[in-house]
Amino acid sequence: MSRTRLLTWQISLGLAMLLIWHAVSTWPILGDVKQIKFFFSTPTDVIARIWRFFATGMIWKHLWITLVETLLAFCIGSLAGIVIGFWLARQPRVAAVLDPYVKMANALPRVVLAPIFMLWFGLDIWSKVALGVTLVFFIVFFNVYQGVKEVSPVILSNARMLGMNERQLFRHVYWPSALSWMFSSLHTSVGFALVGAVVGEYLGSAAGLGYVIHEAESTFDMTGVVAGMVVLSAFVILIDWMVTLVENRLLAWRPQAGDRTS
Amino acid sequence: MSAEAGGQAAIELTGVAVSFGAGQQIYRAVADVDLTVAPGEFVAIVGPTGCGKSTLLNVAAGLQAPSAGHAHVRGRAVSGIVAEAGYLFQADALMPWKTALANVAVALEVKGASKREAEERALAWLARVGLKTYVHRYPHQLSGGQKKRVALAQVLIRDPAILLMDEPFGPLDAQTRTLMGDLLLALWQADRKAVLFVTHDLDEAIALSDRVVVMSAGPSSHIIAEHRIDLPRPREIGDIRLDPRFHAFQSAIWRDLKAEVMRAYGDEFAGLKV
Repeated sequence: MSRTRLLTWQISLGLAMLLIWHAVSTWPILGDVKQIKFFFSTPTDVIARIWRFFATGMIWKHLWITLVETLLAFCIGSLAGIVIGFWLARQPRVAAVLDPYVKMANALPRVVLAPIFMLWFGLDIWSKVALGVTLVFFIVFFNVYQGVKEVSPVILSNARMLGMNERQLFRHVYWPSALSWMFSSLHTSVGFALVGAVVGEYLGSAAGLGYVIHEAESTFDMTGVVAGMVVLSAFVILIDWMVTLVENRLLAWRPQAGDRTS
Repeated sequence: MSAEAGGQAAIELTGVAVSFGAGQQIYRAVADVDLTVAPGEFVAIVGPTGCGKSTLLNVAAGLQAPSAGHAHVRGRAVSGIVAEAGYLFQADALMPWKTALANVAVALEVKGASKREAEERALAWLARVGLKTYVHRYPHQLSGGQKKRVALAQVLIRDPAILLMDEPFGPLDAQTRTLMGDLLLALWQADRKAVLFVTHDLDEAIALSDRVVVMSAGPSSHIIAEHRIDLPRPREIGDIRLDPRFHAFQSAIWRDLKAEVMRAYGDEFAGLKV
């Protein structure tokens, strides 16, 4: 399928869904219009609400808070994951001792931690950051650990024969290998940082996209809920796109799918 | 061939044995190997698959400690990585996250050269191996032969005193292998380092080396024969293959090697008239 045709299909599908939504919430096709409006809102209302979000400027503050929480969770979680991943990969004995506890901690559904974090860090951004960190940390940790463990032994022997000492091996071999593993999970870890932020906001906060949606929900304002969800998905897609840009720059050395050697 | 001052061997293995594993599971890869490579000498080791040829190289490089015997490089006992050895591996050993240029330059940078100086000399070396226009490519963008040439430049730029090569051209096709052999000979001719070259390709061994060492099948593989190849140098692999004496060497060495190859394969070929 050509690019324009694909785009046409994609846009048509979206418009069709909007149209169906509009039809059933305007004319009594599937039942009482009032009830459908209450449960599903209408596309025009949602668009108007989103317009108002931006026109009044009230959404910027919430977007900003969520963005800051996401970035902080991502940075702190990645940093901790890299440092501890490296350390455990080079200390197999410590890794063996810690193994069951790492698995246990990772198996825990993070949502149950949210109330504890609120108690510890309060209702402002840090409890949300902490929640995101617990999600990001394990993804980065496992990838870095794997990356250091799975450096090709030939590359390692070759680097040693080239006269590299431990520090140089770290810089030229272990570090790039671990980074490549970490970046391969960049989409996932940024996504989880955002999940941590939004879920945290949802459970208790005074600002952020999760808060906006939760506020609307608690007053049965379905238009506000859907508008918040639309803004949230657009925000996620935007962040994901930026991650792709970063990734393309940093992983230029990687073979792309379908890339042929000359 | 000019012997170095002192006349000591470039590589000397005495009574070397290497075992892997422990207890019941112990596997004796090589046993009682005595092998000397003179300065400036090109020695090829041939033998059936799995006979521990590469193990010997690893002992000489200091990557593998022998379980018995001693290894000396230029008179010094080997313990740990031998800094003056250059090692060309069979498998891909380039760092995939570095360009061809960075892969070669890093060999000088780790020795303390400035980035600019290292890159300048790396460019010159990449030009010598014919990769001038590929310097900014990553390994995955290079062909097998090109990668081998980058690896060769990476090893040679450090100007190692001895060269250890482990079936370096094994994964390449026959034509590329011939060209790589010629390139290696041309580079080697310039300063004649001592070379220990492991291969399973008899023709390659004869065409490149001054001496071919034949090893027995494993376990406990050892040296069973040596053949001095006194074909004139400089050589051109395509031409030297046509020399009648090349064929004489070929059949002489194959006589030694065949029984070992058969042994390595067990009875897989027993029923066949080979």
